[in-house]
Amino acid sequence: MSDLLYKIAQERILILDGAMGTMIQRYKLEEEDYRGDRWINHSHPLKGNNDLLSITRPEIIKEIHRQYFEAGADIVETNTFSGTTIAQADYHLEDAVYDINFQSAKIAREVADEMTAKEPHKPRFVAGAMGPTNRTCSISPDVNDPGYRAVTFDQLVAAYYDQAKALIEGGSDLLLIETIFDTLNAKAALFAVQSLFEDIGREYPVSISGTITDASGRTLSGQTTEAFLISLSHVPLFSIGLNCALGAKELRPYLQILAKEAPFFVSAYPNAGLPNEFGAYDETPDMMGQQIREFLELGLVNILGGCCGTTPPHIKRIAEIAKEYKPRKIEESVIA
Amino acid sequence: MTATNNILKLSGLEPLLVTKASNFINIGERTNVTGSKAFLKMIKEERFEDALAVAMDQVRGGAQVLDVNMDEGMIDGTKAMVQFLNLIASEPEISRIPIMIDSSKWEIIEAGLKCIQGKGIVNSISLKGGEEDFIRQAKLIKKYGAATVIMAFDEDGQADSYERRIEICQRSYDIMVNVVKFNPNDIIFDPNIFPVATGMDEHRNNALDFFRATKWIRTNLKGAHVSGGVSNVSFSFRGNNIVREAMHSAFLYHAIKEGMDMGIVNPTMLEVYDNIEKGLLERVEDVLLNRREDSTERLLEYAETVKGSAKKKEEDLSWRNQPVNERLKHALVKGIVDFIDEDTEECRLQFDKPLSVIEGPLMDGMNVVGDLFGAGKMFLPQVVKSARVMKKSVAYLLPYIEASKQVGESNKQGKILLATVKGDVHDIGKNIVGVVLACNNFEIIDLGVMVPCDKILDAAEKEDVDIIGLSGLITPSLDEMVFVAKEMKRRGMKQPLLIGGATTSKIHTAVKIEPNYDQPTIHVLDASRSVPVASSLLNKESRIIFEADIRAEYEMMRKRHQGKQIAKDYISIEEARNNKLKLDFTNYTPPKPTFLGTKVFEDYDLAELRKYIDWTPFFSTWELHGKYPNILEDKVVGTEAKKLFADANALLDKIIAEKWLTAKAVVGFFEANSNVDDIELKNIDHPELLTDKRKTVLHHLRQQNKKGEGLPNYCLSDFVAPAESGKEDYIGGFAVTSGIGIEKWLKHFEENHDDYNKIMLAALADRLAEAFAERMHERVRTEFWKYTTEESLTSEELIKEKYQGIRPAPGYPACPDHTEKPMLFKLLDAEKNAGINLTESNAMYPASSVSGWYFSHPDSKYFGIGKIAKDQVEDYAARKNMKTEEVERWLQSVLNYDV
Repeated sequence: MSDLLYKIAQERILILDGAMGTMIQRYKLEEEDYRGDRWINHSHPLKGNNDLLSITRPEIIKEIHRQYFEAGADIVETNTFSGTTIAQADYHLEDAVYDINFQSAKIAREVADEMTAKEPHKPRFVAGAMGPTNRTCSISPDVNDPGYRAVTFDQLVAAYYDQAKALIEGGSDLLLIETIFDTLNAKAALFAVQSLFEDIGREYPVSISGTITDASGRTLSGQTTEAFLISLSHVPLFSIGLNCALGAKELRPYLQILAKEAPFFVSAYPNAGLPNEFGAYDETPDMMGQQIREFLELGLVNILGGCCGTTPPHIKRIAEIAKEYKPRKIEESVIA
Repeated sequence: MTATNNILKLSGLEPLLVTKASNFINIGERTNVTGSKAFLKMIKEERFEDALAVAMDQVRGGAQVLDVNMDEGMIDGTKAMVQFLNLIASEPEISRIPIMIDSSKWEIIEAGLKCIQGKGIVNSISLKGGEEDFIRQAKLIKKYGAATVIMAFDEDGQADSYERRIEICQRSYDIMVNVVKFNPNDIIFDPNIFPVATGMDEHRNNALDFFRATKWIRTNLKGAHVSGGVSNVSFSFRGNNIVREAMHSAFLYHAIKEGMDMGIVNPTMLEVYDNIEKGLLERVEDVLLNRREDSTERLLEYAETVKGSAKKKEEDLSWRNQPVNERLKHALVKGIVDFIDEDTEECRLQFDKPLSVIEGPLMDGMNVVGDLFGAGKMFLPQVVKSARVMKKSVAYLLPYIEASKQVGESNKQGKILLATVKGDVHDIGKNIVGVVLACNNFEIIDLGVMVPCDKILDAAEKEDVDIIGLSGLITPSLDEMVFVAKEMKRRGMKQPLLIGGATTSKIHTAVKIEPNYDQPTIHVLDASRSVPVASSLLNKESRIIFEADIRAEYEMMRKRHQGKQIAKDYISIEEARNNKLKLDFTNYTPPKPTFLGTKVFEDYDLAELRKYIDWTPFFSTWELHGKYPNILEDKVVGTEAKKLFADANALLDKIIAEKWLTAKAVVGFFEANSNVDDIELKNIDHPELLTDKRKTVLHHLRQQNKKGEGLPNYCLSDFVAPAESGKEDYIGGFAVTSGIGIEKWLKHFEENHDDYNKIMLAALADRLAEAFAERMHERVRTEFWKYTTEESLTSEELIKEKYQGIRPAPGYPACPDHTEKPMLFKLLDAEKNAGINLTESNAMYPASSVSGWYFSHPDSKYFGIGKIAKDQVEDYAARKNMKTEEVERWLQSVLNYDV
């Protein structure tokens, strides 16, 4: 499967799906939707723990995956952004982590296979999504104690290992470590994934997607894009890229750095612009498409998709535009 | 071409790329409990704030990597490492640079690796505990994503000889690359710096072995780097800082030459190589290079004499008694800011313009710094300090400069934004441009060094500047400039773009940069050119003409470049050599010159040279095209040509009668035989010109394009009898100038705003230099080498080169490598004998100079090398003992491939 992925990525631009959260919001789900039967008596409120829906309302998640595939996505991300013991600790659901990841991967796999069967010329893939967790390994949450850390590298490695294992067992084709705002967290994730591959004796494609938080051009933990790339280049990645926080327009200069320097495929899945004063995203598919076109004109990307605020029409528009362009070439000098 | 991955890339919050251009990576060493008692005390007493201040000091002092070591029996090393690294992570100014996790305990290293988000360096691992441990640790380092130092240490102990060093390094390297699959660029060897002059015989070769091992590693272990702790070498002289500093500096000088590219050095314990007292330097180098039996004794003797002064040296202020110009120079070279304001003030009062302080003493001092740095005799941290002194002094002067300008002049000519592009730290040249433009009444916005594209363009838009100027010294900056140009186009910007800096070129600008931007994009050769370029661009009328000129010129250059790129067939260097020009030396005896060695012409008669002037190029300088003398009768330009010719001769009369210019020359002949593409000289009394094979060798290149039947692949060496012919042969060299004394007169015209005569004078001086070369060649043929006697050619025939023998110049088509010029100059002692200096790019100064080789063989002829292929470049680099990339840099324009 992974050979096929590499082959396709060389031929054309791969399309990733859009936002999961934005789509889930449309269903106006309530506490009981999240709880389902399984957590009906859970001691803590669960509303907003979107990852649980893969178990409690799988038909909704599958429908969202299906809509993205139909819009033109080649790859959908599993509904597992918060699927680590560290992130689930907020809900006291550390025990559910294996099931969340396994089930999320499994249902995404089912939809992907269903679509591939329908259109064998366009195989669909599942990316096991690994979010950043809600703790940072290189920043202290306590301003008065800058040496303190709310999470250690080893704890992150253990949490990511469990998540990656379940995602693979559930049927993911690749792993996507995403929305990285602290590079040390991502290094822990890469460490975990490498250990997992050693243990199972098999390797899967690994993608990395970082987040530039503002116009300073740096990650939350302070790294420039180039430093970010260097810090994570010790693993032969499938792709490296940027997502979230910024719209396509704001993302461009940083994407250019990756496009120039990275010896891997380059991905981008920006937000639908910057949030307005109500926290909503205003960019229409056409507006976003226009900016994405700039990436393509400059030959910056191999993989395109959407993050916060993007919907199947956004992905449809992106997929249409991407068809007109060739993917970025990884220059030989870069790989050498 | 974009960035390459075959280099060591490190990161903190920002990237650090270890390339050839990065010179020498300086690792800060004071955050090390084993090396600093003060730091140990801070850690023991958990005074982490103070410890952080030490780290901050290191960064501000120029450290590019921070070494952190917590190996002390009395502290919990793991805990201290984690605590300290976590604290560093919260100080962006410190965590900007990569961390070197330094420990002999694996658990401390691993704990450290879990704290750094960037790509750091482990210091160190080795085969000391056997292969199994080594492999396990190396695999983990790879998994954590760090580079690593490997000590030359194995199961039998630390390597203490050259042989042991290379054996262990080779073995470690093989395991790393083949078993661990470690990126070879991430390997840094520490081949052990041990003390010398210990009095023990087995330590005599300690430094020399390190140098040799360094060279071996850099040559044989592809990608790997070399580092070391320099202060070890002077261990025997603890307490004697004068000797220690000299030893560190001399050690680094030699080690860097062999390829050491990073190291732990205390910048405050480093003397400037050229400032080491000669007697001391000789003794230090005797010790380092093990040149004499009694070298240790002699250095100890010397050390005794300076022992007492070691302490005093801290406050050695004797330089304060020198004149103020000398004091400023001293402060710049030594990087001392303490007295800069008062010295600048004193100097300012001596000049009528504050700007003269910058143009005079400060620039003189910076030139010294530039030369020393270029020669590898000063190191980057020292240069950074010098620049700081310069900036401080300029800052002091600025208000005065502003004030003096407000008196006379009114409005600014225009606003110019200057920046050294991302990834490049060199700004001396750019600062000079800024100063020059500012004193020509342009408003300068200088964004400094390492400026990302977006920042440049945002500032340009915000400040509404008229022109953007980009500067860069290292080759990767070229790519960045292309990028900026593309961005300017994308943003639809309107400002003209100026390109400058040592690595830039008109052809690169024309071929790679200009096509990416739709506004004027102009290569500016030097600071002095920036003013006319900027002025032309900002005047509406002149801009039209200027822009059209530039576009046409660049378009032509691109066409020419493209023409050259058209795929030709190339053959291997071996095939080319087989198809060499085969001259028959068995039936030919090369003529012997009338003398061997050099002959100097101190003050050559300009009147005699006048007859040899080739006037055609003179007219082209003035954009009057046509052959002399027909041009004088030309229907279109004849009248102007005649006027010009009359003016030129009038000025020439004056130049000759009043001896405005002095012409000097040196010619020399040397015994020579060819050896394949090289020419080997015999009996040369310049020991510094000997290669390690104890020979003096001139290196030449051979044509490599596929030739038609019967056409040879030429190389200049073909014209010289090969050693195996048994024939004695010779080669000549020459350097002539007619430019000595020109500055005064150029200045005179400038002051009188007489551009016409200024250009005229410069053009005539150039013509006289060419005429001089022609005349000298004639005398060589008929008088000095004397291989023709009955030569009676008209000057037209001379110009058409209808004579026997050739005089090709290094840097020109038959021998395009400029780096052969220093050899020519040394053989001729041309600096002293002809008063011509070579710049660091091997350009000649005064500009009106010509130099080259003489070949006498009747079949010798001019040819162009054309393009050459990689196999020859590699072969040539090996012959010249240069790195391939370095040769590629110098020969970029003749490569048949892109680098």
